[in-house]
Amino acid sequence: MLNFSELTRSFHYDFLMDALHFPEWLAVTTECVFIGIILLLLYSLLALFYIWFERKVCAAFQCRLGPNRVGPWGLLQSVADMFKILIKELISLKYVDKFLFALAPYLVILASMLAFAVLPWGNGLQIIDFNIGIFFLIAVSSIGVLGILLAGWSSNNKFTLIGALRSGAQMVSYELSIGLSVLTMVLFAGTLEVGGIIEAQKDVWFIFSGHIPAIIAFVIYLIAGTAETNRGPFDLPEAESELTAGYHTEYSGIHFGFFYLAEYLNLFIVAGVATLLFFGGWMPLQIPGWEAFNNIMWYIPTPIWFIAKAIVISFIIIWFKWTFPRLRIDQLLSLEWKYLLPINLFNLVLMALVVVFKWHF
Amino acid sequence: MAEDIKEKIARLFPEAEYQEGDIAQITVADKDWHRLAMTLKDDSDMDFDFLVTIVGMDWKDAFGCVYYLTSTSTNRHISVKVLAPDREKPMIHSVADLWAIATIFEREVYDFFGIVFIGNPDMRRLFLSIDWKGFPFRKDYDMNPEINPVPLESERQSDFTDVYTEDSEGNVTRREERVFQPDDFVVNIGPQHPATHGVLRFRTAVDGETIKKIDVYMGYIHRGVEKICEGLTYPQTLHFMDRLDYFSAHPYHHCLCMTIEQAAGIEISRRAQVIRVLMDELSRIASHCLFIGTYCMDLGATTMLFYTLRVREQILDIMERTCGARMTFNYDCIGGVMQDLDKDFVKDVKALLEVLPANIKEYNKIFTGNVIAKNRMEGIGVLSKEDAIQWAVSGPSGRASGWACDVRKTDPYSIYSELEFDEIIRHEGDSMARFKVRMDEMEQSARIISQLIDNIPEGEYCVKVPKVLKLPAGHWFRTVEGCRGTFGIYIESDGATSPYRLKIAPPCLPLAAVVDHITRGNKIADLITIGGSLDYIVPDMDR
Repeated sequence: MLNFSELTRSFHYDFLMDALHFPEWLAVTTECVFIGIILLLLYSLLALFYIWFERKVCAAFQCRLGPNRVGPWGLLQSVADMFKILIKELISLKYVDKFLFALAPYLVILASMLAFAVLPWGNGLQIIDFNIGIFFLIAVSSIGVLGILLAGWSSNNKFTLIGALRSGAQMVSYELSIGLSVLTMVLFAGTLEVGGIIEAQKDVWFIFSGHIPAIIAFVIYLIAGTAETNRGPFDLPEAESELTAGYHTEYSGIHFGFFYLAEYLNLFIVAGVATLLFFGGWMPLQIPGWEAFNNIMWYIPTPIWFIAKAIVISFIIIWFKWTFPRLRIDQLLSLEWKYLLPINLFNLVLMALVVVFKWHF
Repeated sequence: MAEDIKEKIARLFPEAEYQEGDIAQITVADKDWHRLAMTLKDDSDMDFDFLVTIVGMDWKDAFGCVYYLTSTSTNRHISVKVLAPDREKPMIHSVADLWAIATIFEREVYDFFGIVFIGNPDMRRLFLSIDWKGFPFRKDYDMNPEINPVPLESERQSDFTDVYTEDSEGNVTRREERVFQPDDFVVNIGPQHPATHGVLRFRTAVDGETIKKIDVYMGYIHRGVEKICEGLTYPQTLHFMDRLDYFSAHPYHHCLCMTIEQAAGIEISRRAQVIRVLMDELSRIASHCLFIGTYCMDLGATTMLFYTLRVREQILDIMERTCGARMTFNYDCIGGVMQDLDKDFVKDVKALLEVLPANIKEYNKIFTGNVIAKNRMEGIGVLSKEDAIQWAVSGPSGRASGWACDVRKTDPYSIYSELEFDEIIRHEGDSMARFKVRMDEMEQSARIISQLIDNIPEGEYCVKVPKVLKLPAGHWFRTVEGCRGTFGIYIESDGATSPYRLKIAPPCLPLAAVVDHITRGNKIADLITIGGSLDYIVPDMDR
């Protein structure tokens, strides 16, 4: 099967070092620049796709057509929207902390971009695969809340401050659930390395092999992930009917666009991590005993597997948003601290037992 | 008036005058007024616990107020006329301590007439800006735009309010009081805010997410409808009814037309009656549909809006074919209705009745049973029955608190007494109850429509009325059940072609006034839940 690591290796050794006679440091730098550019492109393309996708999905739920004028099936609508955001004026406000106000959107976008580094896009197609991959992912995704808090505080607006404080309380709480449900799966896989986790799902995905604890962990992860991305029914930090637009009320132009992009990219990251932990990452669907079927599945390129799975999971998260009403802040916190956290801890013990006594498949 | 009440008042207040009529009227001087008010409210034989409205008046020789009171236990009505003869410094004693809603009603009278209410805890203007010069409803008011030019700068704000108190010798003194405490964190919700359903402003003092106090600030779309009406002929006043609560355009028109017809002694045809009731009930369904949709959207469930708008669209299409408009129908007129029903009307309405039950079932399935929705709505913003009456919260919101206040049942007008329908009453008084009452009322409205749709009698849709319509001298007060509560029209005529005074008693003003009372101690998000469930319409309260 196609392994992308061979491609990158040949690019490094055969093309850059042998053909162009680059020294080692220059070759690595060139690759980093390449990857940076590709990442940025991918980032904006994915965001554009997600904006279009959400609008179409929500239109379907609401008996509407959704965007259908710009380009075929309205595909270019989000491109046009993004172009509009790019050319909009950045309104500079009086009485704000200018430096922090400008810094906040970059922090938010930085957090989601760093998380991209460890996502397994395909067989061997991963920017960095190191032994603490999952730990790194959880660490960098926590930077986002800093950006939101800064945005809310530096705007010097009461609505944004309330939005930011809500967001802080929400993110800090739900990070626990995310962390614990991820830990449950790490325990099952026995490694923090992304590649290792995927390798362990070669025959059966964790959601099938991990028994009840894996399913519980998945459900909790999905709920907490929705909360982490500030999406409905957990969209309190930007609850438009309460706080107009929450922490990003005062932002305009591309700075607002950054928050907007980051929201959709976080959706993708949450779905991508769920894919990695529960649905085998880029691993094709394998059913033990069905040799012919398994072989056919391998003919579908692995990046397609990964992206398709992530989109299916994000579809579920979008489905939540357009169906459920919003929770209230105290209900949101009691859901986390009174229900999800104890269940999660219990689940972790259960998973340990499953691993120790080898109750899994 | 019942004889027992009459005798009792004659015994206690020998100086009071009586005038019999549809609604009996007692005229009393200000010095006796507060004592009379206490008797009317607290005496077990009278028990007038519902203050319907306060009509400010300028009779040229004196200012005054007409109070309309209703007893919710015996369903009797009475009105009291209180005079403030001093044109320079008109003063009346406040009854805010007896009826909570009087705080707001009295502020409105103060705003328009400059009558100061002694003892009212909050004597600020209600609709006009605090720097407005003069009191526009006085007959000697100077309308010269140079006196009150359109301001080019932001309106002056004040954190203080006036309180007038009277000492034992009868000297009235003015005192300034703070609206908020100096260290309160006050968040401005509105006037441009998605959840206030129009340009309404809540100055909200919060402690973290918890609400400490709300100061409702209205008047952003005050157009002075009542004042304008004083310069127009009676048929010309009609179209303003579309522009108050624009979802209850039909019931409001109905009310004004009925009042004028009663005053002029015009008898309208049976066909016109049936058409009016049909339209009232159709607009009630359309209004509740919109309520459900926007309310769910306030709570974050955006999708419901589209499901409810589907039914509303269908009703608007029916209206459009008959009335020629989808929003400002201007359909009822003095003597009947403007034009006959569309030829497909019966067919369209039957199609609507067919899809409605399935739709209501779907709404319940998607939203009402949802655990998040239940958590957000149940037990939130509980309004007890006593408080509902105190604050004059009528309509579906009042009925959710267990108060049977449906005017269609208590004072049946038009042909409602012949129709079979249930008055939906719930006793929880919370946001969920207010939501469910409206959901069930749609079914009852459909029931009324289905009784009428097959027997619309033949006949003329509009009777002949004089080209120049003059009402005899006198005054009339009628109420109807609007989509949001008891809507009243008071007309006082001096025999001319235009009203001497036309007062609109809107249901939404109490709905907004009660927000402060029921949101205290709740969370900011609950303000949205509660405000949404009360379902006020801003042009209706501002007029």
